[in-house]
Amino acid sequence: MRESRESTLAGRRAREFEAFVAGAGGRLLHVATLLTAEPAGRCPRAQRLLVGALAHMYAEWDRLRDEDPYDRTRQELVTRFARSAWRLHRRSRTWETGPECGVLARLGPQERLVVVLRLYESVPEEQTAALLGLPVERVRALGTRAVSLLRSTRPPRLRAPSWTGGRTEAR
Amino acid sequence: MSRPGRKEEEIRRMLDAPHPLVPADLHIRAARRGARLRRRRRALHHVGCVLLLVAAIAFAVWAVAVEPWVVPPSETTPEIDGW
Repeated sequence: MRESRESTLAGRRAREFEAFVAGAGGRLLHVATLLTAEPAGRCPRAQRLLVGALAHMYAEWDRLRDEDPYDRTRQELVTRFARSAWRLHRRSRTWETGPECGVLARLGPQERLVVVLRLYESVPEEQTAALLGLPVERVRALGTRAVSLLRSTRPPRLRAPSWTGGRTEAR
Repeated sequence: MSRPGRKEEEIRRMLDAPHPLVPADLHIRAARRGARLRRRRRALHHVGCVLLLVAAIAFAVWAVAVEPWVVPPSETTPEIDGW
């Protein structure tokens, strides 16, 4: 009796989870790729981050009540990135510079987090601050700095032909 | 107000770069790892419960055997009798 209830619950969880990943996976992977500043074609670190965050969600799936699984996964992704960035930062900084890299490669991990949450995900400033555990003023300063950095470093990126897209370079 | 807004709009367009391709087995990998995490958490939970139970029983047995609430007989004052 208890076994069958358990198995129907597991089946429902698997179905819901698959539907969620099918719907939100693309956007979440893009967020992860922006954070790790990897090129869209090859993003092993972003995939690892996302799989870890999704696995955490799967383990918590039955305990989610009215929360949005997308928001929770994004939060988990952000936390994991911040933690791994801190670890990598302490060990070495080699991961930041590569021959081919994503849009935000020139920014530090915190600036990337702020830019992605504030501008790509349109999370309000206060929520971003709470999510990152920073004061609102710091988030605002990081955002301003990141925007000016991204605008000022656009010319050098024009020289790098490996960057995918080309839409922003054309302008 | 319009200047920062336009700048941000520009960055937003920049961030909207082509999306990476999602691997087909992403949800399978995540579900497998999630299931393992779940099992491990539940096992840890069970171990914790059992440990708590064992500790409670051990305490009860010790308390019944030693009866620490009983005041021990005084050792300093000699018994007074023969008056």
